[in-house]
Amino acid sequence: MKIHEYQGRQLLSDAGIPVPSGVTITKAQDAASAYASIVKEAGLGDGGLAVVKAQVHAGGRGKAGFVKLVHSAAEATEAAEFMLSNKMVSVQTGPEGLAVDTLLIAAGVEIEKEYYLAITTDRATRQNVLIASAEGGVEIEQVAHDNPDAILKQPIHAHMGLQPSQARRLAFELGFVGKQVGQAAKIMMALAKLYSDKDCALAEINPLIVTPKSEGHPDGQVLAIDAKFNFDSNALYRQKAVAALSDPSTEDPNETKASAYGMSYIQLDGTIGCLVNGAGLAMSTMDTIKHFGGEPANFLDVGGSATEEAVTEGFRIILSDKKVNGVLVNIFGGIMQCDVIANAVVAAAKQVGFDVPLVVRLEGTNVEEGRAILKKAQADIPTMVAATDLADGAKLVCAATA
Amino acid sequence: MPVLIDKNTKVLCQGITGSFGALHTKGCHEYGRNMVGGVTPGKGGQQDANGLPIFNTLREAVQKTGADATMIFVPPPFAADAIIEAIDAEIPVIVGVTEGVPVQDMVRARAYLDQVNNQRAADGKARLTLIGPNCPGVITPGPKTGGGESAADPYTNAGCKIGIMPGYIHTHISEAKAGKAVGIVSRSGTLTYEAVFQTSQLGLAQSTCIGIGGDPVRGMGFIECLELFQNDPETHGILMIGEIGGTDEEAAAEWANANVTKPLAGFIAGRTAPPGKRMGHAGAIISGGEGDAESKIKALEAAGYVIAQTPSELGTAMAQAMGLELAKV
Repeated sequence: MKIHEYQGRQLLSDAGIPVPSGVTITKAQDAASAYASIVKEAGLGDGGLAVVKAQVHAGGRGKAGFVKLVHSAAEATEAAEFMLSNKMVSVQTGPEGLAVDTLLIAAGVEIEKEYYLAITTDRATRQNVLIASAEGGVEIEQVAHDNPDAILKQPIHAHMGLQPSQARRLAFELGFVGKQVGQAAKIMMALAKLYSDKDCALAEINPLIVTPKSEGHPDGQVLAIDAKFNFDSNALYRQKAVAALSDPSTEDPNETKASAYGMSYIQLDGTIGCLVNGAGLAMSTMDTIKHFGGEPANFLDVGGSATEEAVTEGFRIILSDKKVNGVLVNIFGGIMQCDVIANAVVAAAKQVGFDVPLVVRLEGTNVEEGRAILKKAQADIPTMVAATDLADGAKLVCAATA
Repeated sequence: MPVLIDKNTKVLCQGITGSFGALHTKGCHEYGRNMVGGVTPGKGGQQDANGLPIFNTLREAVQKTGADATMIFVPPPFAADAIIEAIDAEIPVIVGVTEGVPVQDMVRARAYLDQVNNQRAADGKARLTLIGPNCPGVITPGPKTGGGESAADPYTNAGCKIGIMPGYIHTHISEAKAGKAVGIVSRSGTLTYEAVFQTSQLGLAQSTCIGIGGDPVRGMGFIECLELFQNDPETHGILMIGEIGGTDEEAAAEWANANVTKPLAGFIAGRTAPPGKRMGHAGAIISGGEGDAESKIKALEAAGYVIAQTPSELGTAMAQAMGLELAKV
């Protein structure tokens, strides 16, 4: 689960990590007063720098004109009017674009130096790890690729958490100086606590910045400018406050619908829908379709129990994608028997109504009974074909849709 | 001699009175008669539908039954605690079937397991093995002697099934036309069943099949399984099924290259999966740009694995690696 930038700033701020002052607005007429309040709070005079940022989950905001630097209430209003009345189109949104309903107006800050700071769970070492780099603000993957030595890693002990000496050493190694060291170490400690308290899967501050020296801050100030969070969906049951941050309007409605039935759905660009039990088998069913020249339209794992209810909803979701011109059902009936699954598939197909080819591959317990049920239902569902194995099924559906 | 478990293994079920736990306790009981009881706190002293004793604590269950394996079916919020209870009860084989365990719970439980195992090693005791969570379990097939109580699992008394896999698709070496057995290790449940089914169809047996599970933080990995199979005289080939994400497959390939002399076959699921759906920036850094299907396949090929291009070729890739005739039985 992802959250918006302004929500991430709030999480950081609640955890004691300093962020530039900012407010959110949903109406352009509120932009002027929002601008006035944040420049005042940041101690900037009239004409002070602020930034207006569209709150969407897609990247490419800057290029699309949905992040704007403003120097007056009038400019802030103009930027807000543009962002709230136009759809944002970027490489990540697709040509149809994305409507924006919330803007963040934040105080502009002068940047002396940028850093990268993140925590994630490392599969290889099976522990949480703090990742930091003095080359922040840019594509961190590029840094990792070009100059892996510029990336510092500190494993976080599963039971003790990050220790002050570890954070302090990392701050020195990153090149923080003077009072910056204590500020940076404190931010690392707070981020590590936040990561584990909130069941994060990723907590990233990019960039973490140092402001130029000023009267109140002779060594500059360490601030988090932008944050990105990802949360462990397995833990949302105990993270009610995090779960409440989810914005249903930004989730794919089909993915949401599928998860309500215990299924997992991801839409893709192809034309052949697939409904499979098990994530690994679902992924490799997509691979097999591609192997035989087709393009999968989706990933859909119906989970352990392919009930009539789940299969019906699965079919509805798949067929709601108008690009779909054929569907492959691939189910290995282990504990659930094939005759039960065949009945569910037939009932679901009848209920939904199929006018595109439907290829069904069943294997496992009671497979003969299952195939007999499919055969008997052929009269009611004329587009349905039973396949003998997965390769046969993939070939059949590719041929039927070619 | 199979690995991890055999017909003499005594198995407990944690969460034996839950619907899932009860269903699969029955299935495992009917397969190999290895179940000796279960645990549901507060229901100690009762019996389940199979007449198996229920205990309040795992420690008591182990003391009374002499169990040396456990399977965990408790709901996700309590699953890591169940694993810790099994570690404290010193059960040699701990199988976590539960799906959806919070990752941070597993980070802590795994660290505890490692700490306990380090101490055990220092004390000269055998390490405890955790399989999963979010896995189908582990099975050592037995010959199909019949006499089971259910139509789905009509086989009894010589194998051992711990988990949710369908027992009947497996083949014991005494009933395999090729007279050879393969060890199967997989991150994916239903793909494991495909592999078992196809190898059985080709006249191969399975020595032991281990579903290690798909969670990012889990118990045993590919390398430990490869080592067990390499050292097992009744395993004649090894089939390894991986998927995108992480670098476990690459590490396993490197290890196999140096240590495995038996025929190897492999498959990687997720060639066409869209990037970025699972991992954020920091995850991608840790894997150093690795973790996609192509890099894994390349690593396996370099280590001498025969690669199944589609899941329909799992069996034939294994047979090919073993130099066997491909005629279907």
